Amino acid sequence: MTPGVPRWLLAPAALGAAFVLLPLVAIVARVPWSDLGALVTSEASRDALLLSLRTSATSTVLCVLLGVPMAAVLARTSFPGQGVVRSLVLLPLVLPPVVGGLALLYTFGRRGLLGETLDVLGVQVAFSTAAVVMAQTFVALPFLVVSLEGALRTAGERYELVAATLGARPTTVLRRVTLPLVLPGLLSGAVLAFARALGEFGATVTFAGSLQGVTRTLPTEIYLLRETDVDGAVALSLVLVVVAVLVIGLATRRRAPLRGPS
Amino acid sequence: MTLRLEATVAARGLDVSLEVADGETVALLGPNGAGKSTVLGVAAGLLRPDTGRVTLDDHELTGRRVVPPHARRTALLAQDPLLFPHLTALDNVAFGPRSAGVRRGAARDRARGWLAEVDATDLAGRRPGELSGGQAQRVAIARALAAEPRLLLLDEPMAALDVAVTPALRQTLRRVLEGRTTVVVTHDVLDALLLADRVVVLDRGRVVEQGPAAEVLARPRSPFAARVAGLNMVSGRWSDGAVRSGGGRAVAGTPSGPALREGDPAVAVFRPRAVSVFREAPGGSPRTALPVVVTDLEPHGDQVRVRAGDLAADVTAHAAAELDLAPGSPVIFSIKATEVDVYPR
Amino acid sequence: MRRAVLAAAVLLPAVLTSGCGGADDGTVLRVLAASSLAGPFEQIAEEFERTHEGVDVQLSTGGSTDLVAQVQEGAPADVLATADTTTMEVAVADGLTDGEPRTFATNVLQLAVPPGNPAGVTGLADLADPARDVALVVCAPEVPCGAAAQRVAGAEGVTLAPVSEERSVGDVLGKVVSGEADAGLVYVTDVRAAGDAVEGIELPEAADVVNDYPVAALADADEPDLAQELVDLVLGDLGRQVLRDAGFGAP
Repeated sequence: MTPGVPRWLLAPAALGAAFVLLPLVAIVARVPWSDLGALVTSEASRDALLLSLRTSATSTVLCVLLGVPMAAVLARTSFPGQGVVRSLVLLPLVLPPVVGGLALLYTFGRRGLLGETLDVLGVQVAFSTAAVVMAQTFVALPFLVVSLEGALRTAGERYELVAATLGARPTTVLRRVTLPLVLPGLLSGAVLAFARALGEFGATVTFAGSLQGVTRTLPTEIYLLRETDVDGAVALSLVLVVVAVLVIGLATRRRAPLRGPS
Repeated sequence: MTLRLEATVAARGLDVSLEVADGETVALLGPNGAGKSTVLGVAAGLLRPDTGRVTLDDHELTGRRVVPPHARRTALLAQDPLLFPHLTALDNVAFGPRSAGVRRGAARDRARGWLAEVDATDLAGRRPGELSGGQAQRVAIARALAAEPRLLLLDEPMAALDVAVTPALRQTLRRVLEGRTTVVVTHDVLDALLLADRVVVLDRGRVVEQGPAAEVLARPRSPFAARVAGLNMVSGRWSDGAVRSGGGRAVAGTPSGPALREGDPAVAVFRPRAVSVFREAPGGSPRTALPVVVTDLEPHGDQVRVRAGDLAADVTAHAAAELDLAPGSPVIFSIKATEVDVYPR
Repeated sequence: MRRAVLAAAVLLPAVLTSGCGGADDGTVLRVLAASSLAGPFEQIAEEFERTHEGVDVQLSTGGSTDLVAQVQEGAPADVLATADTTTMEVAVADGLTDGEPRTFATNVLQLAVPPGNPAGVTGLADLADPARDVALVVCAPEVPCGAAAQRVAGAEGVTLAPVSEERSVGDVLGKVVSGEADAGLVYVTDVRAAGDAVEGIELPEAADVVNDYPVAALADADEPDLAQELVDLVLGDLGRQVLRDAGFGAP
């Protein structure tokens, strides 16, 4: 018997669960099951799904490449202004995605902060698949950093200190001790980042545009389809919900971190 | 390797100077917060002293360029074995050689050798989660040794272990520390006695006493050494189920750890509380009976500590009155053989 | 008692938020209008309130498809004005309108370019010229302005190669204003409303592709009489004047 919770807590808890689950039920109820196959395999849908998977995978890789060092620096060093830096890095978590899109536009856009430099270098970000990846990375990166920094703090530095006294250089410690220890945290962070990238919409529309096969991801396609083909939009929404549920399932499975004998 | 360490760490109130000769094992004793672990941290390079210098032979570890922990070759073994949970016991032990650039196969071969050294060959394939505390600490010892440290630092290596497994592990440590330059922090007088050549007692960040282990424990000058030395010890040779001292004392006991052979040097250890005090020798029981003369009586908690030279007994105040004890009284100290631990020396 | 507090805590947000729609006991007339009509319809609403004591006109603007979808889902509304006849026909087919919708304004496409026209775009031909590599943004064919763009291009026999097909005129304009795009195909009224943020280039080819704006009172209107009066105002002299000032054409 667990201590449990006061019984009156059950009612608001059920209300909250219903609030989250009912809309899902509602959208599933609207799915045009008989035409589902045709709707989700149309050329536009396939293009959108493939583009979404491709860009989300790419941005997840970018998130890992950039986020792991960020999390390590935030968790394992201290420098003046660290608190401020951490808050700013996490900002995309709370920022409306459209604002993120605008911020990217003013940075990497043609007339942005770096736009002219990039232009000289022959790099054109506007309306390219790269812009989609950048938008997704921008919004997904904090998920990875938060999740990994938490894992790093929980794991503590004791194993790393032992490794150092055994003669392991800092890079060896990172590769053979730190990262393997926080692997579950890193994986769930990466999965969350992937899920967030998959659902990214606001920043993409604002920054990257919308063109089939190039910048029109699944959420953008759904948004556009609603205009003329509600059934198609609902069918694609189902695809997105299913993918998201799979991803969350993956992330929450086997959460228990590795532990030595205590 | 000779360690010379002079350091002050203001934040921990530490100001010590100590030296460990090549091949010598020094026990750091002292109450909680005395700065024992801080000394180890400074030696390992995990803590930077405010002032002072640390040298290993001629290698300057502090000074203009502070040598980082990984380049010091000072392996640290703590109370918690801290085996890397994602590696098998074998790969844990191979970690040091691998970090030194040894190829995986060769590193594992060496690791097997070190596991054999600590009697843990059969644990090679296990994950740390599948090891008991004692087994894990054995593997951790092998891991520290496999790094081929110039200086071995042990921070209460047996404090977290079940009392049932400590004697065997202590024997293992005794064997592998032979000839190694080692600093061992401990609370346990037995560790000091059996593992260390020399004892350094720290209190409030200062060295208050040091010298050969047996000497410091026999004639403690600091209150802490006196307290840890509160155990009774009789050293001599093992013969016919008892430790027999040169002075003609014989203390029957139970050997822990590997079997003792007749004539082996050994020490019998027992607590003052295990000692009963009689005016006349009790007959008919398998007890050790040591005739002694009371030298001192002092209150000790709710009991009275009866001192007789280097031995002590704790009795109730009521018993002390009934026995009419006073300095100069001849009494018999009687101890059950099951209350006496016997260790090889 | 405790249960009552709990119920209050749970229901309070709902009560508070539903409260914002209500007016102070007066009559409310709910008007749904396409985004491009926001400016002129605000003026019309003000005029209506001035001449109808105690009536509060609530104007809600959005994409025409969204507005029709809202009516289909039962949102309370009295008047509907959309940016094309296709969307309005959906409402008519579902029996949501009270009588036949009437066209009250027209709109044609224009080319919007960033101030100074950095790409030097002069007309439709430039947009289709692969050598010029003009970054053109249009509406997706699924939305009225996109459909219009396709008709214009089709009539001239040119193939447009946009870098992006946006869902709304606003998104197209945004890309032009920020300078990301060299040109965007939007309605002349959008160029007018954007002020100095963009420059407009007239397209002679677009004159034949006219978008009709229909308005209708709704079948489920709470205030059918007032709804009809507002429709009349839109179609009347004042409405025509306001709409012309905003750049709309007369039907």
